[in-house]
Amino acid sequence: MTSTDPTLRPLPRTSDNALLSGAGDGTRVEFRGIVKDYGATRVLHGVDLDISPGEFVSLLGPSGCGKTTALRVLAGLERASSGSVVVGGCDISGVPTNRRDLGMVFQSYSLFPHLRVLENTAFGLRRRGVGRAEAARRAGDALDLVGLGDLTARYPHELSGGQQQRVALARALVTEPRVLLLDEPLSALDAKVRVQLRDEIRRLQLRLGMTTIFVTHDQEEALAVSDRIAVMNAGRIEQIGSPEELYLRPQTPHVAAFVGLSSVVPGVLRAGRVSVWGHDLPANGEAPDGEVAVLVRPENVVLHRGARPEGGGVAAVVEESTFLGSYRRSLVRTADGVLIRVQHAAGERLGYGDGVAVALRDEPVTVRPRG
Amino acid sequence: MRSALSPSARWIIGVLVGTVFAVPFVATALFTLTLPDGSYSFERWLALADPANAARYAPVWTGLANSLVLAVVTVAIVLFLFAPTLVLVALRFPGLRRGMEFLALLPIAIPAIVLVVGLAPIYLTIGRTVGTGAWTLAFAYGVLVLPFAYRSIQASIDAVDVKTLSEAARTLGAGWPAILVRVIAPNLRPGLLAASLISVAVVLGEFTIASLLNRQVLQTGLVVVNRQDAWAAAIFTLLALTFAFVLLLVIGRVGRVGTGRNTP
Repeated sequence: MTSTDPTLRPLPRTSDNALLSGAGDGTRVEFRGIVKDYGATRVLHGVDLDISPGEFVSLLGPSGCGKTTALRVLAGLERASSGSVVVGGCDISGVPTNRRDLGMVFQSYSLFPHLRVLENTAFGLRRRGVGRAEAARRAGDALDLVGLGDLTARYPHELSGGQQQRVALARALVTEPRVLLLDEPLSALDAKVRVQLRDEIRRLQLRLGMTTIFVTHDQEEALAVSDRIAVMNAGRIEQIGSPEELYLRPQTPHVAAFVGLSSVVPGVLRAGRVSVWGHDLPANGEAPDGEVAVLVRPENVVLHRGARPEGGGVAAVVEESTFLGSYRRSLVRTADGVLIRVQHAAGERLGYGDGVAVALRDEPVTVRPRG
Repeated sequence: MRSALSPSARWIIGVLVGTVFAVPFVATALFTLTLPDGSYSFERWLALADPANAARYAPVWTGLANSLVLAVVTVAIVLFLFAPTLVLVALRFPGLRRGMEFLALLPIAIPAIVLVVGLAPIYLTIGRTVGTGAWTLAFAYGVLVLPFAYRSIQASIDAVDVKTLSEAARTLGAGWPAILVRVIAPNLRPGLLAASLISVAVVLGEFTIASLLNRQVLQTGLVVVNRQDAWAAAIFTLLALTFAFVLLLVIGRVGRVGTGRNTP
């Protein structure tokens, strides 16, 4: 848990549930130089990651970036080619999956089709030698925690996708694992249920204080629930930081492009500042001085109707404008053909071909070499 | 998914197919019941239970007992050797699946007589090491039922995401024996039952290999009895078919009970 941020303090733990009353402070997890090869293909290039006890860390990245592989190495479902995984101070690299004491929720629910909800949830307890009655009681408690206490007699095929994933969550939590691993658990759900369950997972994690690693390719999900996010690309962690850091101060073009929307505009870099359309802005990222590509967030672009404003900006023509509820997002094209996304007030209606001007706010931007 | 056929069309097809299957059975039954003067009687059926004919029908009873033992051992080979191998291939060596399929289908492609030529020297060794009991024929029958067992079990494996289920079970603390017995086997139950049934049917109906390897099974027993009493052989054939039919019903019923998957 990042103790400096008051919003990340655990929720009050109540004694109304065995799981909550037994909640701990989490376990430290460390990836140390994890390399994973599949034949001649290297999918993880020495991943290093230190996760504090009770922290909620997301591994975010596009398909094939190695995030699920990293999680599976931690779970013991894949063996690292080199490097080690340390949980609670012990190197568990050689420990079989079933003895690692980790809870995992999979994308495809993975409930046992032949077992009822209660039996599914009690499965892990029974394998640990807990008696039938005690296992049933604790499984019932876990199901209460995820709001499914009244569906214990159902079979998985009698539940909706969201309910199945809640059961999977209860099943992973009931054994009180040291670390909870979530492998894209929301991907198969529809949008509304996804948001609901996402928030539930976060609330539960805060109440239980369990170290949690969440794999997702959905930046909105990662931003919404994580203490920290590790953005991965091509088998490497490009940047790790709080959601705010990643969004506001992306260190690489990939992070800037992957976390949030960005438009790419030309600029000139000189001594850590970049000149774009007459603006002089602080620059993040590594690029040699000279002509660079500048990544601009839609909310950092200011739209003006009519003439170009004083102090910088450029004339543009509206290509499209989309109403998104509380705001509107428009795509405009400058005279030299650059497409820019602008976020502006919902009431400011624009039509195709309208003449506008766009300027930039005085916020840091990310730059990358042009080409 | 709704069937494209109307109920009446399904009934017509069912009756036609049922008739095709029923005609030989009814004809055989009439053959066993018809006396030389054209009247009907259960006389030949009752004669089977007559102690005076015990020696005459002994080859069938001995063969039946041997076949039942063979069926049990063959089913054990399918369930405890072949099914785990298929699961292992699905989980750990998916690249071997094509090779496995090819191997499993070979017994269909190779004529029984060729199989026996290959098996004869093997059975010489088997005879020297574990004896010449009829049950040893189960090794050959294990090979013979491979194509049928493979299809049934593989279809069940394909219908279930065994990889994810086993991974989920492992993360929950289950070892491989528990995964096989408590997670995978219950989900493969329809396939395992079908494979078992088909193995029993193949074993009860097999003649060539048993005959050429000089083992006494139901079919060889029927041939011996047929030379002396064609009616008795027909009666035993009917009984064997009835047994297989009842077995099919029982296994089908057991397969449905407790699966928790109510058909919609």
